[in-house]
Amino acid sequence: MNFLRLLAAFFKVSVMGEVAYRVNFFFQIFQTFLSLVVSLGGLAVIFSYTDTLGGWGPQEILALVGVYFLVGGIIGLVIQPGMEKLIESVRDGTLDFTLTKPEDTQLIVSIGRIDIWRLIDILLGLGIMIAALIGLGEKVGLWQAGMFLLMLTVGGTIIYCFFLILATLSFWFVRIENILVIFQSMYEAGRWPVSLYPPWLRYGLTFVVPIAFATTVPAEALTGRLNWETLLGAVALALVLLVISRLIWRVGLRHYSGASA
Amino acid sequence: MKALAGLYVQQFKTTMAAMFQYRASLLIWMIGQVLEPLIYLIVWSAVSTSAGGSVGSYTTRDFAGYFVVLMLVNQFSYTWIMYEFEYRVREGILSFALLKPVHPIHSDIADNVSSKLLTLPVMVLIAVGLAAAFHASISPQPWAVLVFIPVMLMAFIVRFLLEWTLALAAFWTTRVSAINQTYFVLMLFLSGQIAPLTLLPYPVQIIADILPFRWMIGFPVELLLGKLSPVEALIGLGAQAAWILIGFVLLRIVWKAGTKVYSAVGA
Repeated sequence: MNFLRLLAAFFKVSVMGEVAYRVNFFFQIFQTFLSLVVSLGGLAVIFSYTDTLGGWGPQEILALVGVYFLVGGIIGLVIQPGMEKLIESVRDGTLDFTLTKPEDTQLIVSIGRIDIWRLIDILLGLGIMIAALIGLGEKVGLWQAGMFLLMLTVGGTIIYCFFLILATLSFWFVRIENILVIFQSMYEAGRWPVSLYPPWLRYGLTFVVPIAFATTVPAEALTGRLNWETLLGAVALALVLLVISRLIWRVGLRHYSGASA
Repeated sequence: MKALAGLYVQQFKTTMAAMFQYRASLLIWMIGQVLEPLIYLIVWSAVSTSAGGSVGSYTTRDFAGYFVVLMLVNQFSYTWIMYEFEYRVREGILSFALLKPVHPIHSDIADNVSSKLLTLPVMVLIAVGLAAAFHASISPQPWAVLVFIPVMLMAFIVRFLLEWTLALAAFWTTRVSAINQTYFVLMLFLSGQIAPLTLLPYPVQIIADILPFRWMIGFPVELLLGKLSPVEALIGLGAQAAWILIGFVLLRIVWKAGTKVYSAVGA
């Protein structure tokens, strides 16, 4: 409950800060629109030559694109801004102020900065998913929907832990703001099912940079192709990463010496 | 002329020093340059496999060749000036460049060429590795290889002139990222980065022939893959020459108008 209260408070602050820059809203819409054009245009060309791509039909790939926008929106809304801020504040020492607050520092750092305009991506992602689901029809039932929500949470958790571990490295290596940019360019690969990629790239996108869990796995759940091994593996990985990232965070925090102190 | 040569040498040294300083940024940028064509390579290989081994005039191995060559061509003609100019105008850095007795485009050319001298060998290695991994087929006729050299140079000149001119939009607005992104989306479809242009719908192909994007990327790639006849290659060279002329004239006009409206921040 405390978490929700804090989240609502930070969200309110972000909204108040951003309404002064309303033009940004239109720029985000425009940017999202262009990204949509690239996705759908590419799909239109590809599916004019084939009916399935790596075993996925057009509607299923469309659902994946929806998940891609949705998860990309969630990462851009809350995960990435918070981690960028963490790296900045370790460098310039403003983390001192966060440490003095009575709440858990990891929690405040994680939701402390919100880029509200990325809600547009989330809405668009949901829209695309609904359009794809209408096309898929009765193949999607309550079970799939439930599994999808579970896998979305699991995938989100894995990505969050991944970001947190990378950002925590800034306690040791101060100049690592670029490391988050790598994720940005690799996330493009999540537009397509990872089963398409050759093994080395598939393992890379699953275990090195866990993009597969962010987009492919939830989309698999939604389209009813998720198997038990993937499901259990993903849940286990999320739990393990939660513990590990928390441990690294605590060791890192002990390593932090402040800039002005 | 001698002074200009001195400037190029000096810029070369500066760029090299800067690049060795920012190795990590360089690596990140390279991942992006490799990943995008690699994804489309994989996607089109899958399409081709499921369509029975070929799509249009492209076999699965042709697709591998196409996107590997595209990666190199794109790397060769790439510029980053559109990202930089807004910063120069906003921060007033351009004022110093304007005080110098030579046109600021020279240091940009030198900077671009120098950094490519360093990155191109790495990209060639990556390309060779990918070509081997995906069994790429690249078998051009000898004449096509010869013609490729001037075609590639002209592709670079077209792209450099047009993107440098477009970057000048920063004189009028500080919101250039919307312009840049629109440009890159158009480029993605109309230059052949998303798929070989002959696979796109016919009306799109005509638009691609008229606009400059194909002549910056798609045309050199198709030439080196052996997909073009000598006549088509000649037409392409003509289109490139025309776009160089247009780009040059546009650059002069826009630069003149832009420097007139420029008022540096803090000046």
